[in-house]
Amino acid sequence: MRNTLSILVANEPGELSRIVGLFSARGYNIETITVGTTLEEGWSRCTIVTEGDDSVIEQILKQCARLARVREAKSVTKLPHIEREMALIDVNAKTPADRQEIKNLVDIFRAKVVDISHDRMILEASGNKEKVDRFIGLLESFQLNEVARTGYVAINRLTADTRSADTPVRMSAKHEQAAVNT
Amino acid sequence: MMSKLKTIQKKAVIRKEGGLFDFSGTEIMRDAASVTAAGEDTTGSSEDTADKPMRGAEILVRGLIRNGVDKIFGLPGGAVLHIYDELWRFRDEITHYLVRHEQGAVHAAEGYARATGKVGAALVTSGPGATNAITGIATAYMDSIPLVVITGQVPLPVIGTDAFQEVDTFGLTLPIVKHSYLVRDVRDLAAIIDEAFHIAASGKPGPVVIDVPKDITAQICEEPRTKFARVFADDVPPAADEAILDTITDRLINAERPIFYVGGGIVTSGASDDLMKVVELLQAPVTPTLMGLGGFPTAHKLSLGMLGMHGTYAANMGVSEADLLVAVGVRFDDRVTGKLATFASQAEIIHIDIDPSNIGKVKQPHISLVSDAKSALQRIATKLESREGAALNAGKAKREEWWKKLRAWLDSVPFGCKYSETEINPQQVIEELHRITQGVAIIVTDVGQHQMWAAQFYPFKRSRQWITSGGLGTMGFGLPAAMGAQLACPDKTVVAVVGDGGFQMTNQEIITAIQYKIPLKVLIMNNGYLGMVRQWQEMFYDRAYSEVDLSISPDFVKLAEAYGALGLRAKIPSELAEVLEKGLAHDGVTIMDIVVSKEENVFPIIPAGQDTRNMILK
Ligand SMILES: Cc1ncc(C[n+]2csc(CCOP(=O)(O)OP(=O)(O)O)c2C)c(N)n1
Repeated sequence: MRNTLSILVANEPGELSRIVGLFSARGYNIETITVGTTLEEGWSRCTIVTEGDDSVIEQILKQCARLARVREAKSVTKLPHIEREMALIDVNAKTPADRQEIKNLVDIFRAKVVDISHDRMILEASGNKEKVDRFIGLLESFQLNEVARTGYVAINRLTADTRSADTPVRMSAKHEQAAVNT
Repeated sequence: MMSKLKTIQKKAVIRKEGGLFDFSGTEIMRDAASVTAAGEDTTGSSEDTADKPMRGAEILVRGLIRNGVDKIFGLPGGAVLHIYDELWRFRDEITHYLVRHEQGAVHAAEGYARATGKVGAALVTSGPGATNAITGIATAYMDSIPLVVITGQVPLPVIGTDAFQEVDTFGLTLPIVKHSYLVRDVRDLAAIIDEAFHIAASGKPGPVVIDVPKDITAQICEEPRTKFARVFADDVPPAADEAILDTITDRLINAERPIFYVGGGIVTSGASDDLMKVVELLQAPVTPTLMGLGGFPTAHKLSLGMLGMHGTYAANMGVSEADLLVAVGVRFDDRVTGKLATFASQAEIIHIDIDPSNIGKVKQPHISLVSDAKSALQRIATKLESREGAALNAGKAKREEWWKKLRAWLDSVPFGCKYSETEINPQQVIEELHRITQGVAIIVTDVGQHQMWAAQFYPFKRSRQWITSGGLGTMGFGLPAAMGAQLACPDKTVVAVVGDGGFQMTNQEIITAIQYKIPLKVLIMNNGYLGMVRQWQEMFYDRAYSEVDLSISPDFVKLAEAYGALGLRAKIPSELAEVLEKGLAHDGVTIMDIVVSKEENVFPIIPAGQDTRNMILK
């Protein structure tokens, strides 16, 4: 199952390796990983998309939460959430017709043309996985030269109350203090 | 999986506190300076106060002292020369033990930590010093032993250039540390040391590595930065909520066939007395793991003896037929569970552990509680005491049948020891050792058959009386760890029980024991084989004894003498008692070469990965 994990970690050298190491130690592949600063100084949010069954993901999250510099580790997948990725796409556009066709696609997908030469264009697209995948898929017929994707960032929707502690999907190990399996 | 778990404890949610974390290193350092100011002229402590700007090396050594280190094990090299220079100045306050190989330094620090519960300390140089230390760090990590290991590093400006004796210690040790640091600014050093000791000892303990570039140790720090750490790694879980404790108490009272499966967590949290109270109130049976030995007295009437691959028949049968398994401070290791699907398959499982990631890691419990063993058992005892005597008695009455069954198992398959006129049997050696030491020695083992016989035939009375490498199973651990334990407990008899194979992995440390007059007793169970491997080859590989023959070995008595130790040998049963008595009574280092029957096997044995009921008894 595809899981999106969100980990709040101190912005210090080496801390990311510690988290990544927990995945590689189990032979788990990280599909995408992004890290960025947060509103709070010194803290970064790391978003990891990975395949794995629930029990293994739970285990990895608990181990992440155990790290001294990790403040919170949770899976955002179980609650309504918004996920976005950005892609920069270098595509051939050799004829005026091709350029026009590509421009149409750009409009439909609300993408942007960020660079252009006499036979190529660079496009910028963002959205969820399906949208970006589909956009790139449609451009394939023009011949793609290079695609650079950022990986996903995710955040829970406002309707998903992440603050009430009894939400069972709060997977931060530190939150599961005692439990009866019913 | 998670969605099935109903979180009972709502208020107890811990989100770790974030923000700036102040260890107030300067404050403590000032205290330390006023304490040490009474020192003698020639040493560092009296020459100056901690207020003046000082170089990194001095901050480091003062940091160790401030955190209670009075013994450190290590071996110098280029990257740590400044630190050794300061150690020399502070030699009245901190004793450095010069090992002969860095693996020995870390195991000795572990032995010290395992015997006392305090944080052990080791100091090694960069590159090969650090790589030699790795086996010890991994050993400590697997058994959750609190250590601070300081490794030298090449100067910051040349890190990453393949400088002489450079190795990425931070990267190499990442998966085997509880936490680690590469010091990048001398102003952070004091606070790093304080935090390292805190992390090593708090919650579930573990090793912490501080990698210190050489230039940092030479730089003068005008003003330390104390507010550098950005999270307070407070691993102490909140107290459990009453509801879950009531649920557990109900289950305990009403169980017909309960069994307590207890491990290293009992030893680490000092929960022996609380465990005793709970099981006595319930009259419930207890089985410790290899790491839990000593946490509950083996000879106690409620003890079933050790659980697992080489555990007792009664303990293993008990777990497979129990209706309630109370797992405290354990992690369902494969050496205990055998085939997971059939392990405790009739039981409701209660799992109490301080590490949330242990819960459900291999076996999903029905009831779980994240807590240190001591506070959980203490509160369960209080709950039990508050219940009506009639209810408790009714519960005990329900368990009478269970005890009949358990006693029958205990009687039907006791641990067996053969006696002969001509050959010394290894089990007999441990029995004699137990008799002569009156059951109170600290037994430190290496890894192999002798380890299992020591576990089976020496009934332990108290926590920290048994020191062994459980999780990693590190040959070479025994001798240096015993040295550390003996230093920690100078008034106790400490015996390293080792095989002739493992002994040869770290015997260079005999000279360390001689040098520092550490009256270490080493008992070599000499069977002329890598015995445990030979046993597996005999049982599971058609007796193809591939590369296990150690019949070409040095003369251990002569070796002892070459080191300046007392060397003794027993070859026949009639010599055994005398050798042990003389060897243990000697006021100095003794190496006792006990030649035992070559092909004796450890029984019972549950073949790896099998149902625990498929025990091979002899
Ligand atoms: C460093 C290391 N290498 C290899 C092993 C695998 N191993 C486990 S037990 C054993 C044999 C130990 O032989 P010995 O020290 O003579 O003790 P015995 O089993 O004969 O009591 C070996 C090689 C190990 N545990 N540790």
